[in-house]
Amino acid sequence: MSLRSFLAILGVLAVVGLLIFGLASKGSSRLQPGDAVPTASLPLLEGTGRESPADYKGRWVLVNFWASWCIPCRAEAPALEEFQQRHGGSEFTVLGIDTQDLSGDAQAFVERYGLSYPQLRDGNGDNADEYGTTGVPENFLVDPAGKVRVVVPGPIGEDDLREEVAPLLPGDES
Amino acid sequence: MSRFVALLAVVFMALAPAAAADGRASLTEIEKQVMCPVCGTLLQLAESPQAQRERAFINRLIAEGKSEEQVKDALVAEYGDEVLALPPGSGFSLSAYLVPILAFLVAAAALAAGIVRWRRSGSGSGPPSPGPGPSDEDAKRLDADLARYDL
Repeated sequence: MSLRSFLAILGVLAVVGLLIFGLASKGSSRLQPGDAVPTASLPLLEGTGRESPADYKGRWVLVNFWASWCIPCRAEAPALEEFQQRHGGSEFTVLGIDTQDLSGDAQAFVERYGLSYPQLRDGNGDNADEYGTTGVPENFLVDPAGKVRVVVPGPIGEDDLREEVAPLLPGDES
Repeated sequence: MSRFVALLAVVFMALAPAAAADGRASLTEIEKQVMCPVCGTLLQLAESPQAQRERAFINRLIAEGKSEEQVKDALVAEYGDEVLALPPGSGFSLSAYLVPILAFLVAAAALAAGIVRWRRSGSGSGPPSPGPGPSDEDAKRLDADLARYDL
């Protein structure tokens, strides 16, 4: 094979490789039940320090991606807070991740809806990308081993919480 | 009194352009330089709820007297480097500027090499070079023929 043919084939392979890489990296898929939860740590929405959903191993965690500018997030926030009040404790917590949002707006949102569960901040949306979210809100129930068990793309309502999340939690009497 | 008002007006008109040129931030200018991260477009072109909140944030900082750079720094602190329409010229982001320049240089070098090769091969495509001369026998016959027609 001549040098010219070799270089031409190399060029074609490089272009095809770039196309495949582009397609593969575009289609980041949403985490599915059984997948391990990402371990990247995020800053707390209020105060200093960082946390990761992986830090909650040993507890059930309902990871809720939200933003203050997101209208469906306003609708689900009271339901999440009520669920936290009823089930939150040493074995379960809701964990809010405010994404692609202004921290001041997010803090005002937390105050307005009286959200008592922990809140992390994902300003540039990288963590949401790791979960493969396509928008807000999205919800992932993570089991004590750090594996995703339930995925609810879109707003989670009282019915979802009662029928899909509560039955998995320890000590559920419903 | 009217002369005083007129004087004030003249001073104001003289200072107004200077204020615009002294680096004081303006929403219109900043909108052209930053992204709406969720929309994936320039903030100038975005109308989503997030874009409206971003504009309100910028306006608030401008009202506080922040400069254009300070406003952009505050946006980066909120959203990360991705909020800047033009990546910063340092670290890995520098490659956004260097790669196109390198690609251009490589393409120019390849084009130049191609032209040189084409011209070289082109110089050989003129009139065909004469082949080897006739053999002795043919030369003798040719001379004899020419002598026959020699006037």
